[in-house]
Amino acid sequence: MVDEQPLLTQPLQTDEDVVRLRKLVRDHLVRLGFSLVEQTKMVTAASELARNTLRYGGGGEARVDELHTGSKRGLRMVFADQGPGIADLNLALTDGYTTGGGLGLGLSGAKRLADEFDIDTAPGAGTRVSIIKWKLF
Amino acid sequence: MERIPILRMGRLLLVTIQVDMHDRLAMTLQDDLTERIVRDRARGVLIDISALDVVDSFIGRMISNTASMARVLDARTVVVGMQPAVAITLVELGLTLDGVRTALNVERGVKLLESEIE
Repeated sequence: MVDEQPLLTQPLQTDEDVVRLRKLVRDHLVRLGFSLVEQTKMVTAASELARNTLRYGGGGEARVDELHTGSKRGLRMVFADQGPGIADLNLALTDGYTTGGGLGLGLSGAKRLADEFDIDTAPGAGTRVSIIKWKLF
Repeated sequence: MERIPILRMGRLLLVTIQVDMHDRLAMTLQDDLTERIVRDRARGVLIDISALDVVDSFIGRMISNTASMARVLDARTVVVGMQPAVAITLVELGLTLDGVRTALNVERGVKLLESEIE
C-alpha cells in the first residue's frame, strides 16, 4: 500500500522552467533526507527528462509526488507531454540513440539514475515518463 | 542577455560557472569561448565548475565540444573543481567527457595548462 502526497506541478515550456524544476526537486529531496549523491542523481535525471519533454514533446509538465510505504519513502516525478510520442521505444532507450542531435543519454541515463522507471508512449499519443527514488527509513 | 563572464589571464582564459546552467546559456558560453580563443590568441582554457551541483548530458556535451573546438584552435582545455557527487552521477549517466582534461582545483589546472603550453 503506497500513500501518495502531491508536492508540485511545474509547467515545462522554457529552459528557465527546467532550472526551476531542478531547484524545487532538490529542495524536496533534501527535506526527505536523501544523500547528496542521491539528490544529484535524481536532479540530473529530472533535468534530462524535462529537456526531453521540452525538446521532443513540444513542452508539457512535470508532477512531483511524495510516496510513503510501511518501510520507505520516495519521490516520484512524472513528465508528460502531448507531443508526437515515441515509435520505437527499445531504440529510444538505447545509449547513444538520438533524433535530436544530442548524446542520446537522456532517457537511458535517467533510467539508470532512478530506482524505478516507467514509460507510456505511442505515436501521436504523447509521452509520459515516471521515475521514483526510494529511501529506506 | 544572460552571459557567463570570461576572464583573460596571460595566455589563458578563465571561466567560472556560478549560475545554474540551462541549455541556451551553455550554448552561448561555447560560442563566446571559441570566439575569445581566437580574438585573445589564448593557448589554454580553464573552466571551473566547482559551483555546479548538476552536470547533465547537455552541459557535459557542451564541455566536451568546447574542448574539441579549442583543440582545433590550438588551445588546451582543463575542467576543474568537479564535485564528487557530480562525478559519480556523470559516470552512471554514461557520460565519459572524452578528451577533456581535468584537475582538482584552479591552481593545479593553471599549472597543468602552463606546463602544456611549452
